Amino acid sequence: MEVTQVLFNAQSIDGTVRKNAEESLKQFQEQNLPGFLLSLSGELANEEKPIETRKLAGLILKNALDAKEQHRKFELVQRWLSLDATAKSQIKACLLQTLSSPVFDAHSTTSQVIAKVAGIELPQKQWPELIGSLLFNVHQIPAYAKQATLETLGYLCEEVSPDVIDQDQVNKILTAVVQGMSASEGNIDVRLAATRALYNALGFAQANFSNDMERDYIMRVVCEATLSPEVRIRQAAFECLVSISSTYYEKLTPYIQDIFNITSKAVREDEEPVALQAIEFWSSICDEEIDILEEYGGEFTGDSDVPCFYFIKKALPALVPMLLETLLKQEEDQDQDEGAWNIAMAGGTCLGLVAQTVGDDIVPLVVPFVEENITKPDWRQREAATYAFGSILDGPSPENLIPLVNVALTFMLSALTKDPNSHVKDTTAWALGRIFEFLLGSAVDLPIITQANCQQIVTVLLQSMKDTPNVAEKACGALYFLAQGYEGEGEPSPLTPFFQEIAQSLLTVTHREDVGDSRLRTAAYETLNEVVRCSTVETAPLVLQLVAVIMMELHNTLESQKLSSEEREKQSELQGLLCGCLQVIIQKLGSSETTKYAFMQYADQIMGLFLRVFACRSATVHEEAMLAIGALAYATGADFAKYMPEFYRYLEMGLQNFEEYQVCAVTVGVVGDISRALEEKIVPYCDGIMTQLLKNLSSNQLHRSVKPPIFSCFGDIALAVGEYFEKYLMWAMSALQSAADLSTHIAGDDELVEYTNSLRNGILEAYSGIFQGFKNSPKTQLLITYAPHILQFLDGIYMEKDMDDMVMKTAIGVLGDLADTLGNHASSMIQQSVSSKDFLNECLSSEDLLVKESAQWAKLAISRAISV
Amino acid sequence: MAPHDIRRPFKRAAISDQQKRRELSLLRQAQNRRDAQQQARCLASSILSLQSAAPESQPEQSDIELETVPEAEQESEAFSKDLDVRQASKLRGPEVRKWFARQLMLPEWMIDVPDRLAQDWYVFARPAGKRCFVVSSNGTTVSRQRNGSILHHFPSALPAGAKIRDGSGSAQSYCILDCIFHELDQTYYVIDMVCWNGYSLYDCTAEFRFYWLNSKLEESGACNAPSHYHKFRFSAVPVYNCDQSGLHAAYTGVVPYAKDGLLFYNKHALYQTGNTPLALVWKDENCSQFVIDTDGKGEIPSQQQVVLELQDDRKLVTSDDPPVLFGCLDGDIIEKSGLHTGNLLRFAIGDGGLSFVDGKLEKADLIYLGKSNRARAFADSYSKGFQLKSL
Repeated sequence: MEVTQVLFNAQSIDGTVRKNAEESLKQFQEQNLPGFLLSLSGELANEEKPIETRKLAGLILKNALDAKEQHRKFELVQRWLSLDATAKSQIKACLLQTLSSPVFDAHSTTSQVIAKVAGIELPQKQWPELIGSLLFNVHQIPAYAKQATLETLGYLCEEVSPDVIDQDQVNKILTAVVQGMSASEGNIDVRLAATRALYNALGFAQANFSNDMERDYIMRVVCEATLSPEVRIRQAAFECLVSISSTYYEKLTPYIQDIFNITSKAVREDEEPVALQAIEFWSSICDEEIDILEEYGGEFTGDSDVPCFYFIKKALPALVPMLLETLLKQEEDQDQDEGAWNIAMAGGTCLGLVAQTVGDDIVPLVVPFVEENITKPDWRQREAATYAFGSILDGPSPENLIPLVNVALTFMLSALTKDPNSHVKDTTAWALGRIFEFLLGSAVDLPIITQANCQQIVTVLLQSMKDTPNVAEKACGALYFLAQGYEGEGEPSPLTPFFQEIAQSLLTVTHREDVGDSRLRTAAYETLNEVVRCSTVETAPLVLQLVAVIMMELHNTLESQKLSSEEREKQSELQGLLCGCLQVIIQKLGSSETTKYAFMQYADQIMGLFLRVFACRSATVHEEAMLAIGALAYATGADFAKYMPEFYRYLEMGLQNFEEYQVCAVTVGVVGDISRALEEKIVPYCDGIMTQLLKNLSSNQLHRSVKPPIFSCFGDIALAVGEYFEKYLMWAMSALQSAADLSTHIAGDDELVEYTNSLRNGILEAYSGIFQGFKNSPKTQLLITYAPHILQFLDGIYMEKDMDDMVMKTAIGVLGDLADTLGNHASSMIQQSVSSKDFLNECLSSEDLLVKESAQWAKLAISRAISV
Repeated sequence: MAPHDIRRPFKRAAISDQQKRRELSLLRQAQNRRDAQQQARCLASSILSLQSAAPESQPEQSDIELETVPEAEQESEAFSKDLDVRQASKLRGPEVRKWFARQLMLPEWMIDVPDRLAQDWYVFARPAGKRCFVVSSNGTTVSRQRNGSILHHFPSALPAGAKIRDGSGSAQSYCILDCIFHELDQTYYVIDMVCWNGYSLYDCTAEFRFYWLNSKLEESGACNAPSHYHKFRFSAVPVYNCDQSGLHAAYTGVVPYAKDGLLFYNKHALYQTGNTPLALVWKDENCSQFVIDTDGKGEIPSQQQVVLELQDDRKLVTSDDPPVLFGCLDGDIIEKSGLHTGNLLRFAIGDGGLSFVDGKLEKADLIYLGKSNRARAFADSYSKGFQLKSL
């Protein structure tokens, strides 16, 4: 096959030609994969071929080795590994040869392809000669070959994990890279490639950073590179410093003074891309110290991994003035530009992080700046002052901040309405939001909001919602946090008298002509949601009135026809917001018996709307509508049965939606809601639901986070249908057993421990539901055969000593359920288990009330089972 | 290799509202699951068995769980009972109806005059309305009717009845009141006090309970007009000694509520759940508008009805303890209507009425109407049948 022409045609502007070419490439690949890959690598290597086709050949090769979706990636890896060895070595030879091509596009694509192959083969201990031949290349002239090789090393370090490459090779890679970075390297492109390669290789340098000499050398080279005349090298060198700040925080003490000098010079004098990285270095140090301080409560304990070196606290007197200076470098329209990121924004963000890191110490350093600039005629100074004030509201103690806020509040409210500059107003509204977010509801005697100023605050915020979209959005945000400050049933909310006015204003915002391109509409609905969530009984009738209003809005979106694809997308987004809002309202009204009955009049209509929403195709909307239906099922109870015939197909669709796994997860939760609502009336739908759930469990395409809730859902169904669950018992139990075996022992990082605990919880909830569902039925004896395994599982996770309180509570509950349902049939089994003794006693003396409660139940159930 | 993106969120909240919606839904689902489980665990077994054994026999034997120290027995038993009420308040479904139905002290109909009426008894005019348990705990107040359904969920000035920041009541404190909700003036008339501010009154005499009720209720501010933290007014009812003037006052006196009969409480009786002869009710046209059953429209049905429980030997009995036999049901009906033991059945009393010999029921002319309303949790008592006859 003449692959050049086909590759050429595949980039044609003529759609038909392009389609044909794509088709024949696909056929070629399906009929003869090794031949296909070989011709592509040949094309890539051939210096006589046009750049365009070589580049595309490289791209197709790369896509044949890797994919974003986890399962697809796995398939591709398997496919490559099972490929004929001769073909593979031919392809690899072509690739290595191309690396020395003088054509930039050819060697640059190739370096990525090589890294992908390495990512597959090195963990399998294949291609051992790769790194050796790359390192040999580094010492080659010409410069472009050197550059391509360094780039390949960089990609390779990104692709494979450090444990795959032995220390000897790591040393050689680092040596080559650091040499390429040093000032003695005359070629700028080589130096840049080397600096960028180091960024990825830093993760491999654990041993080298523990060695003082090697670390000193690497640090010196990196710091020198920050002074390079080439801006891209300086930027890349600062990127390395940022990465070092988080990877090797504990090694920084000897260098921190120098780094401060370098960064502060860069922040003040260098070009923006470099200055941004320099600021990022300090933000990253803040991240580290915030984590450390949070974890150890500020106390360096002997057994902790990393002590806090208080770099930020020590740098404070110099760092804060530097950051305050950046605040004055705003861009004119940065608030209207979603993607904006500039030095003022980075500096402000860093200032906020510094405040979180050091707390009260920042206040005296920032307050004079605020006072000096807040009334200046130049908007930049007023904005910078407001931003500075807003950014220190999270960190210092409320006692320290509230007196300041009480002084500032009136000024800010007036600025929000009267300042001539929109940028200042935007930041003022944001800062007000921060006040409400961090300082309301704190246990401080000095209230910020009083009967006297509440009216004014609300009036100003509602008025600002008529301002430009970005200011209005921030005003919505401020109101969101204001409402949140008074969350909690029966709490006094000074907002109650304003509920109607607030809701009305927010709805008006959603209808603004200019709402389309900003986040404003989303912000308005989200604020409405929070206002509803935090509303009190007094305003329940007003919340009820909202139902009809939001339903009408949703109805309108379903009526509009013939939309362009862009309009349709907007429409889906709006439907998602409306379904979300209805969900919040249903949940609110459904939570109290009196409001629930009043709400019921709308149930049929709402359900009708949701069903129509499902007929439209958009994942987010489905998720929101599904969540709303769960809330509705809870509110309607057994009456929900009447919606099932129509709703069932969408429920099934949701359970089958593996790709948008959030939809799947939410649907699984809703199956639980519906089980509890319908109880035995869910029986007609059980076959379909259980089949799908079992299928989901055995799929490796479904995101793993959905699996624990599926197990919990088994429990919900079993509890609802009782002994009818017999039909599924064998299948469910076998799925539960194999998951239980897997989840007894955990070896892995925190994330895996957390996942395993959620899996255990799901399994245990399933057992609970099944035992309770079968209780008092003649079929309980069916469960006896499973009891030994379940007790063994309980003993197993108890011995592991790594379960969280949630699992503990569920596990000890299962012990009780088992005893309760099986009674004396299981008494000797129970008495032999560790769980019924040590575990139970541990739970009985637990600090956690829920664990204790479960344990008391288990103790009672066991004592009955044994005494009978 | 391109430079790495270092943009951080700017002027934005860290958590999206959508994520919040998801998390809140999950929270609600977890809570509902816990409730369903709790209900399956507690109501079906432990609490019910505990309670059915509790009322009159030795309480310490019925409670296998909580007593350890002999002198603490009385207290811990009472405490467990109160605690159950609070826990059960969170539950729903048919079991909870059954459970709540057994928690109230239910008067028998007065069919003769007790000895020492004037010395040992109180009398008061029963307010017309919904009999319910009012439970305040954890900053909220819930009222539950006899069938367990929630009447209101509201903040109140009762101890622990509202979330007020000054936190006058501790988290552990709670109250359980036996009330009648009077629709017309939206007031809870407290006819008995079961628990006050964490202190159990189950084992106190009516004399003490009424004294405590009168002093504490007023003090708490619960009798004040409704306000932000206090959705409904509470009120005590005037209670009289059962001498001639007391009877006269209760029978003819003006009260702010519509009367529904007179209630008689024995001063020495403890709060006893279920039917008890130590509390009695009297109704006639002068002191009640509901002297006989009316239908949903307030009209008097052509025949008076009783609800009886079917037992496994086809016998029909009342809710009294021990149950009183009212008759036997034809095997055909049982089969045709698919009835089971424990079903509550509605009967009309036919023209033959009820015949009594020596104060004991001899024969009842019962006409089977059907199963009773699902919300119904127990059969009528014998004394209702008796009073129907006396009309």
